[in-house]
Amino acid sequence: MLLKQISVFVENRRGAVRDITSALLEAGVNIRAISIADTAEFGIVRLIVDKRKDALNALRNNNMTVIESDVVALAVDDTPGALHAALTALSDSDIMVEYSYGFVSPINGGATIILKCDDQEKALGCLTAKGFTLLTADDIKF
Amino acid sequence: MSYHYYNEAAETMPREDLRRLQGERLCTMVKRVYENVPMYRARFDDIGLRPEDIRSIDDITKLPFTYKQDLRDNYPFGLFAVPMEEVVRVHASSGTTGKQTVVGYTANDMKLWGEVMARTLGAGGVTRADIGHISYGYGLFTGGLGGGLGSETIGCATIPASTGNTRRQVTIMQDFKPTFLLATPSYALTIAEFMDQNGISVNDLSLKAGFFGAEPWTENMRREIERRLNLKAYDIYGLSEVIGPGVAYECECQNGLHVNEDHFFLEIIDPETGEQVPDGTEGEIVFTCMTKEALPIIRYRTRDVGMRMKGECECGRTFVRMIKPAGRTDDMLIIRGVNVFPSQIESVLMEMEGIAPFFQMIVEREGNLDKLTVLVELTEETFTDEVRKLEAISRKVTDAIHSVLGIAAKVRLVEPKSIERFEGKAKRVIDKRTQVNF
Repeated sequence: MLLKQISVFVENRRGAVRDITSALLEAGVNIRAISIADTAEFGIVRLIVDKRKDALNALRNNNMTVIESDVVALAVDDTPGALHAALTALSDSDIMVEYSYGFVSPINGGATIILKCDDQEKALGCLTAKGFTLLTADDIKF
Repeated sequence: MSYHYYNEAAETMPREDLRRLQGERLCTMVKRVYENVPMYRARFDDIGLRPEDIRSIDDITKLPFTYKQDLRDNYPFGLFAVPMEEVVRVHASSGTTGKQTVVGYTANDMKLWGEVMARTLGAGGVTRADIGHISYGYGLFTGGLGGGLGSETIGCATIPASTGNTRRQVTIMQDFKPTFLLATPSYALTIAEFMDQNGISVNDLSLKAGFFGAEPWTENMRREIERRLNLKAYDIYGLSEVIGPGVAYECECQNGLHVNEDHFFLEIIDPETGEQVPDGTEGEIVFTCMTKEALPIIRYRTRDVGMRMKGECECGRTFVRMIKPAGRTDDMLIIRGVNVFPSQIESVLMEMEGIAPFFQMIVEREGNLDKLTVLVELTEETFTDEVRKLEAISRKVTDAIHSVLGIAAKVRLVEPKSIERFEGKAKRVIDKRTQVNF
């Protein structure tokens, strides 16, 4: 199962990310993970939240450009080499990682790694076959 | 202080004589266009105006306006008042979508152009002993050939250097020792910059005067050009629809541009009502070209903003002074000497999928060069989570703009609805170069 991530387009200006957190605060949305991709001209703020629909509405109502995209959410142990094993599996299957970010998950005290791969379905199949634990939306509604 | 003139009798003609002359010339011209130009005949007939209703220069307000669109609608030669065998020269200025504005000149018009341009240079002290270096483009653009014509009319040795190849231009200036320069103000600074970088001293040059126009510039730029090139910098104004360079010029007082009023009648109007505004009030510049044969033009709406100055000039010229354009009432921009219309950018964006029709052009001066940034609103359909794809969109727009305008622009993707709207329409242009400096 892939997990839905929210991406927001932001210009490089002071307060741009704050506008996002402000909209989410008003909507009572909890941010599970956030990552910002920055370029010279603009940024993309990527979010994993608990109440996705509320978050989308709140951001769109504030005139923000928002899209949802699918990412792989991988649960790994909080031990050395845990992420390495997963990335080795992907690499062995010739799958490329486009970006990644992570957060410590309250579930089993482990870490959650968000992965965007060039072939998401293939990545999903590969990681499932190798016995990795993948999280779904329900898993992060703690 | 004594002042210089090319044609003192004309330039210092008493006002009452000037008004009478203007009246006579206007009447003759109105009869001629009524007989020879179908568009004007139809317009006069529409409002029941007969040529004989125009008896003095005050009657000019009875005449209908001419718009840039009229030139486009009558492309290429439809507004010419003479048969083509009388025409000896054609110029054209860049248009929005390939349709250019075409203007023509008879042999007499060329003489007239030489005269008014010679007055322009003569006001800066140029005489036949001088050597002119013309760095305006030679070609369909009126700047190069018009400027050169004035220089030759005075009898100056004239160097048609045209644009580009700054190294060669500076070598020519060192070796041929021109005493005056015609260029865009930004190119004058490019020359100064090149000399600095290559250790060439201004003492190696012999320039004493420069005549700069075709793009907006400020008092600060004037001072910088004067300091770095060690010359006196004069502002000049003209537009091809009227004649080209030579419509209005600064004298040694450098305080407003004298209009060659015996040939070109200046009105300042309220662009909303079309009514003339009092001297000293800003409005749209409207020109009537009373003496040109090939393309007489009646009350041409230039879309330039300016005013008629009050009072007399110390130099003794009786020609009214115009304050140089502080902006345009429409959106045409001159960037690095190239005419740029927002509609060109619009048509580029329209052809691209997923870009909102809202954009904004920001023109700035960075160093000596004009810099154009185009802000483009992203839409949700275009937005992708991948940086690479967004950068590709921005690159695609950049390339398309470059191929249409011929100049490089920096494209910046911005958030939807972030561009300021006026009555639902985006404000298309922010020109940070155009600062009012009077």
